[in-house]
Amino acid sequence: MPSPREVKRRMNSVKNMSQITRAMEMVAASKMRRAQERVAAGRPYADRLRDVLSDLASLQLDADELKQFPLLERREVKTSTLIVMTPDRGLSGPLNSNLFRRTAQYLRSESVDAHPHTIAVGKKGRDFLNKTGQNVVAEFIQLGDRPSLDDIRPIVDVAMQEFLSGESDAVYMLYPKFINTLSQVPTVIQLLPLERPEGTDSSNDDVDYIFEPDAKTVLQEILPRYLETIVYQAVLETVASFYSSQMVAMRNATDNAKELVDDLNLSYNKARQAQITNEVAEISAGANAFRVD
Amino acid sequence: MATLTVEVITGERSLFSESGVEMVSAPGAEGTMGILPNHAALISLLDAGELVIRKGGREDRMVVFGGFIEVLNNKVVVLADSAERVEEIDIDRAERAKDRAQQSLANRGALRDIAAEEAALKRAAVRLRVGKRRSGHRATPAG
Repeated sequence: MPSPREVKRRMNSVKNMSQITRAMEMVAASKMRRAQERVAAGRPYADRLRDVLSDLASLQLDADELKQFPLLERREVKTSTLIVMTPDRGLSGPLNSNLFRRTAQYLRSESVDAHPHTIAVGKKGRDFLNKTGQNVVAEFIQLGDRPSLDDIRPIVDVAMQEFLSGESDAVYMLYPKFINTLSQVPTVIQLLPLERPEGTDSSNDDVDYIFEPDAKTVLQEILPRYLETIVYQAVLETVASFYSSQMVAMRNATDNAKELVDDLNLSYNKARQAQITNEVAEISAGANAFRVD
Repeated sequence: MATLTVEVITGERSLFSESGVEMVSAPGAEGTMGILPNHAALISLLDAGELVIRKGGREDRMVVFGGFIEVLNNKVVVLADSAERVEEIDIDRAERAKDRAQQSLANRGALRDIAAEEAALKRAAVRLRVGKRRSGHRATPAG
């Protein structure tokens, strides 16, 4: 049986830890709220851009014209690039290991070539890719909690360069899709060649737009921006996923610590009681020894 | 009378979203365009310049730097690459940016990206033009 003092000491250290995890939970919660707001703030732009692009879907292009839009060009996929988006930090529950598992799974089975190029966004992903001996062609770390569009443009530039130079026939992106606070799903999407969204809104089909300067120039300008918004949204979702996951992990840690303190408190009381009983027994035994009948 | 519903959004935030607008003036790629209610469906590129939204005798002024404008069924959507309200323009900063861009354009030898510097110069010039008009009738604060 441990002495009450030892139990007390363990209890204090667990309490200290739970204070730290509670503080981290609070910080993560407030940062999560702001990160989620930013995801929401970026959405209207992305949605409207997709709408405009689908309004352009009626624009039919023949093979010659398609050459003017290299971002749309479909080639037989022999080489590919994978962008892996992760947070910079850990202590966020199962988020990172889920991302790594998905990355490994992708590299093992889904990727078409044996050694695809990879682009790391976020420290954790970079470390993972380096450790597993992947061909990392670029890394972007410490984008911070509130990256601007300018911050993520270099990522888009590298991705476009990979594709346009012919190094890769397709570019994919893996990121933790933010579903809600409790659920973030590692997701792989195809970035390049860009898929033109279909004109889903049938009511717009018969609208004759006036294009200025002309439809092709508009399309030409809109494609790279569309790519940017997809990547930007993914970066924002990564931040939101990270803080959500961290908040949940820290809440669990705080709850566990509380349970542990309760358990320790019980054994502390038991140990104390045992000690008292012992002392009383000793004293009465001692008194008995002196009694003269 | 028909009015316009106007949204001005960038990748990072939404600057303006109101209905009941009477007129929008935007820096189109082919020159400034005025959009009144019942305008034909239109998608146009935007240049860097001033965007004016007139509603009930009040004018909201913004600067936009490239992007798109879509007009459909009295709904105007401005998708700007970046945009700021006139009140947000920092004239001193724009002056400095202008000087910097002019300087690096002057010694072209050391310059890697002429297009980027020219774009920076243009942005600074638009900010100054629009921003100075705002403070035109009063003295520019020193410093």
